[in-house]
Amino acid sequence: MPTVHFTDAAGATTTINANTGDSVMETAVRNGVTAIVAECGGSLSCATCHVFVAETDLPSLEPMGEMEDEMLYGTAVDREDNSRLSCQIRLCEDQELHVTTPETQV
Amino acid sequence: MDTATVPSRAGADAPEAGTATGLLIIGASQSGVQLAISLRALGYTEHITLLGDEDHRPYQRPALSKEFLQDKVGSESLIFRTNDYWIEHNITLIKGERIESVDSNTDGSGIARGTSGTTYPYQRLALTVGARPRHLEAPGAELDGVVYLRNADDALRLKELAPATTDVVVVGGGFIGLEAASSLAAMGKRVTVLEYGQRLVGRAVGTETSEYFLTEHRKRGLDIRIGARIEQILDDGDRTVGGVRLEDGSELTAQIVLVGIGVIPNTELGEALGLEINNGIVVDAGALASDGTTIVVGDVANMPNPVPGAPAGERIRLESVNNAIEHAKVAAYSLMGRSEEYAGIPWFWSNQADMKLQIAGLSTGFESTVIRRDPDKGKFTVLYYRGGRIIAADAVNAPLDFMAVKQALAAGKSIDPERAADPATMLKSLIA
Repeated sequence: MPTVHFTDAAGATTTINANTGDSVMETAVRNGVTAIVAECGGSLSCATCHVFVAETDLPSLEPMGEMEDEMLYGTAVDREDNSRLSCQIRLCEDQELHVTTPETQV
Repeated sequence: MDTATVPSRAGADAPEAGTATGLLIIGASQSGVQLAISLRALGYTEHITLLGDEDHRPYQRPALSKEFLQDKVGSESLIFRTNDYWIEHNITLIKGERIESVDSNTDGSGIARGTSGTTYPYQRLALTVGARPRHLEAPGAELDGVVYLRNADDALRLKELAPATTDVVVVGGGFIGLEAASSLAAMGKRVTVLEYGQRLVGRAVGTETSEYFLTEHRKRGLDIRIGARIEQILDDGDRTVGGVRLEDGSELTAQIVLVGIGVIPNTELGEALGLEINNGIVVDAGALASDGTTIVVGDVANMPNPVPGAPAGERIRLESVNNAIEHAKVAAYSLMGRSEEYAGIPWFWSNQADMKLQIAGLSTGFESTVIRRDPDKGKFTVLYYRGGRIIAADAVNAPLDFMAVKQALAAGKSIDPERAADPATMLKSLIA
């Protein structure tokens, strides 16, 4: 079972056991992690599911597509090198991921 | 529906018999779900009941015409929240129940009665009842195979019919029609789109964007007929759709006729409550209806235009996910006794084949446009101006343009139209 650790801007961490194949965004939203808004429900249209991925976890992710890259320039908190849109990160079996959520998404 | 559904409960326990829920939300929709979630985030402590007439857990609709229809996502992906979430937040879900009457008191409390015979006493009431598809008026419109696409059951029905279908006629060249047409074409169907008016998506975008989609969809193989008038839906002899005859005498084969010709707001409960109705249920800036107590949110609400700088007194009814969310937040504050302004700029999206349209703002009343084209990258943007200032943009595969315009509008700024046409210039650099 994949596990995602969400750390908010204040430093509090919530750990959620996810379903293989779900996105990090879906995992967050369905379980009430309010720091992920995801207005568009994962169709890569709103840039409100921004996360910062732990540097150590970055190599385990598929590289981002051009659309995600462009959308990341429109996030409420400025992007950094480890920024991703969490709707585009699909969880593999037994994957463990650490992400930090920005202070605001809108 | 004449089949009686049996209501079922999920989430938190319902209040004991005879005890009122704090807030009864009728409509387990995007806006109903957001209202419940926002209230909890604001510290609302009373019990909440979220009631819907569908036999599904509350779910997101946008994918129904796209990823869900094409089996790219499963039904679990559409679910808003886990059952644990509802339990932990003391929110009871009632599925498969339609409210047929409401007795209200002047203090905002009352009792709602479901078609199942169950009564739901409440302290406060919220209507997030949305809209229903406008039905096609044509001989044969009642045939099996004439379908609409508004809710999960509609999408499931369409998926059930799809395998035995080779030809589809889509009636209506709006967002739903074009999204579904693109999905069905991707599923290998021959698709013809019939648009009654003179251009595609006439209600939501300007002529340049309409032309762009007409050209691009035709390039991708959709047969689009503009100004097409249906004379009759043809019966294949078994009370099932066999095709469509147009007024010009031409006939099209079809096993599915998918109708997407707009929606009608569900105002019936509002009317029964004696609320002011005018293209939806009329609400004030705090999402309160004319009785001063009933909260009305989302597609069904006719509200003061929330866009900064909109003419005073102008009203609008918005059909969008973004509005369902932002309007619900305003309503949640209102229920908590706080007055908060509608946040952000209305925005919309529509994914059709490989084209991702994002709309920022409302182009109603525009006086001029500026077009940005980057055909090599498949990018296309129309900027709308009124009084020399930007009011909206349609951006296709151009998220940077979309976000620059949204940002400019939110900051009360504009974008220099003289320099905006050059696709090599970043719009963000022109915000002033």
